[in-house]
Amino acid sequence: MTPTDLLARPAEPATGRRSRRRSATLVLGCVLTGLVALLAVVSFLWLPYSPDDTSGGRLAGPGDGHLLGTDKLGRDLLTQLMTGARIAFGAGLGSVSVAALVGVTLGVLAAFAQGWLDDTLSAFLDILIAFPTLLLAMLVVAARSATLGSAVLAIGLAQSAVVARLVRILVKRVLTQDYITAARTSGTSWPRTVAGHVLPNIWPTLVVNLALQFGLAVLAEASLSYLGLGAPPPNASWGRLLQEAQATFTTAPAGALAPGILLVLLVIGVNLIADGLRDVLDPAGRGRRT
Amino acid sequence: MGRYLLRRLAFLAVSLVLASVVLFVLLRMLPGDPANALTSVGAGPEQIAAARRSIGSDRPLPEQFTHWFGQLASGDLGTSFVSSLPVGPEVTARLNVTVPLTLAAFVLAILIAVPAGFVAAYHRRTWYGALLSGVSQLGIAVPVFWLGMILIAVFALNAGWLPSGGFPQDGWAAPADAIRSLVLPVVTIALVMSASLIRYVRSATLDVLGSDYLRTARALGESFGTAMWRHGLRNASVPVISILGIELASTLLGAVVVESVYALPGLGSLLATGITQHDYPVIQGVLFVSTLAVLLIGFLADLVQRIVDPRLRSRLSGGAR
Repeated sequence: MTPTDLLARPAEPATGRRSRRRSATLVLGCVLTGLVALLAVVSFLWLPYSPDDTSGGRLAGPGDGHLLGTDKLGRDLLTQLMTGARIAFGAGLGSVSVAALVGVTLGVLAAFAQGWLDDTLSAFLDILIAFPTLLLAMLVVAARSATLGSAVLAIGLAQSAVVARLVRILVKRVLTQDYITAARTSGTSWPRTVAGHVLPNIWPTLVVNLALQFGLAVLAEASLSYLGLGAPPPNASWGRLLQEAQATFTTAPAGALAPGILLVLLVIGVNLIADGLRDVLDPAGRGRRT
Repeated sequence: MGRYLLRRLAFLAVSLVLASVVLFVLLRMLPGDPANALTSVGAGPEQIAAARRSIGSDRPLPEQFTHWFGQLASGDLGTSFVSSLPVGPEVTARLNVTVPLTLAAFVLAILIAVPAGFVAAYHRRTWYGALLSGVSQLGIAVPVFWLGMILIAVFALNAGWLPSGGFPQDGWAAPADAIRSLVLPVVTIALVMSASLIRYVRSATLDVLGSDYLRTARALGESFGTAMWRHGLRNASVPVISILGIELASTLLGAVVVESVYALPGLGSLLATGITQHDYPVIQGVLFVSTLAVLLIGFLADLVQRIVDPRLRSRLSGGAR
């Protein structure tokens, strides 16, 4: 069985009203995320102004050639928001990839470990999880330099502890199932059992968690940039835009509001997708979280 | 319980020692010799060597570690490379801001989230129940620093009710001023924290509301209130307590962003400066104190859980979980 088999499995017939509300969650999530994604995609093809074009008046209001106005250096706000959307998606996808790669590997290994090794690994993960993502990220960024790459690596590594702990629990549960014993007694090797039976069965829960981690990663990158530890200028991350606009909040509110609104839309969007996916992918959990 | 307490304390001590070893090794992997922070740009090799000797970074790592750990054991966090001031008193001064900030935000978040989460679960089919869930969804997605910026713009810059940032120079000497400067940061952290707490309280309450024991208690004639108080509260609080422990620990350290928004001299900003200046004793000191706090909070959360839930006490395991 491959992961796609599981995904393509027809959903159980749920009662009409409930299933419609659930799919509404998923659709709304996709629409919100899609809108921000559209900004990012369009930014590769067309931008209102060049990102470092400072020809606009300083802190100009919306309108007059600049749809959303300009920042304190005269750069077009919409242009900055669009390039910021790229960074947000890059940060989210990059961090989640790192978290998934490291977290799943560690989690599967921890699940197979026995006795003191298992105890040590899970205690280690517990301690790691207790430390805020942002703090671990600050350390990694300090060790390397303040670039988008270090921020992504840092956030991904910090999140991999959460993923690893989840995977460990999920794999342990799957390993007690009869079909694993059946696969093993029929001569399937451990690596093939993991690839063919364990991973496909933990896949739904894992995907939901990774979607949530995506939202958290976007927020963490914005926080790092706000602290000046993210991508250096002129790469306009939304966090940096907010930090730059903080001093002029009352005189030019657009610059201090727009990046925040986009951040919220994107994070709510992926959270709704996660909620919707949980209901679609995990029929057993249906009815528990309504 | 006594036996468990001993094992758990031993675990605490071992993790603290392990964590400090990991911490020390990780920090030495940062590039750049800390002596660079002490010398000017054009310093010659002799000056750098002298600087390295003065702070001990020329000695082998194990020796540096035993030196640092020996100091720790006697309650000394070392001396800052940059300011040459002892780290311990500096950390204590910062804790005077961060601890009240964190605790007040924590208490406020619980006061908001527990009733709100209960209402969101109990009245989930009404419009205000749905609204509460919606608001908490929104709250999870709001970056904490942006919320801080908005609160400053509304309540400090526009209305002028509260200071927009900073903390009195003489600390708590004038308590009213100190409290006024902490109001907005506390509210900021509490709102964001309660948004995620509401979800946990809501789902824990839903589990209780759908449980057999609650139905049995009701069938035996207990009123809803009594049944909830005697059976529901205990059961619902077990998962919430462990979440609370993690939230408290992460707020204590994660306050760095909020401290930056409000220009507060807290533990987080001390760490941030330490990192940019490669000031190892400061970074080590802050992280050691934080690790201690994180482990202690985890210990207390475990202990409270066992007091609340007798089922945990009868289990023989006394390990990490």
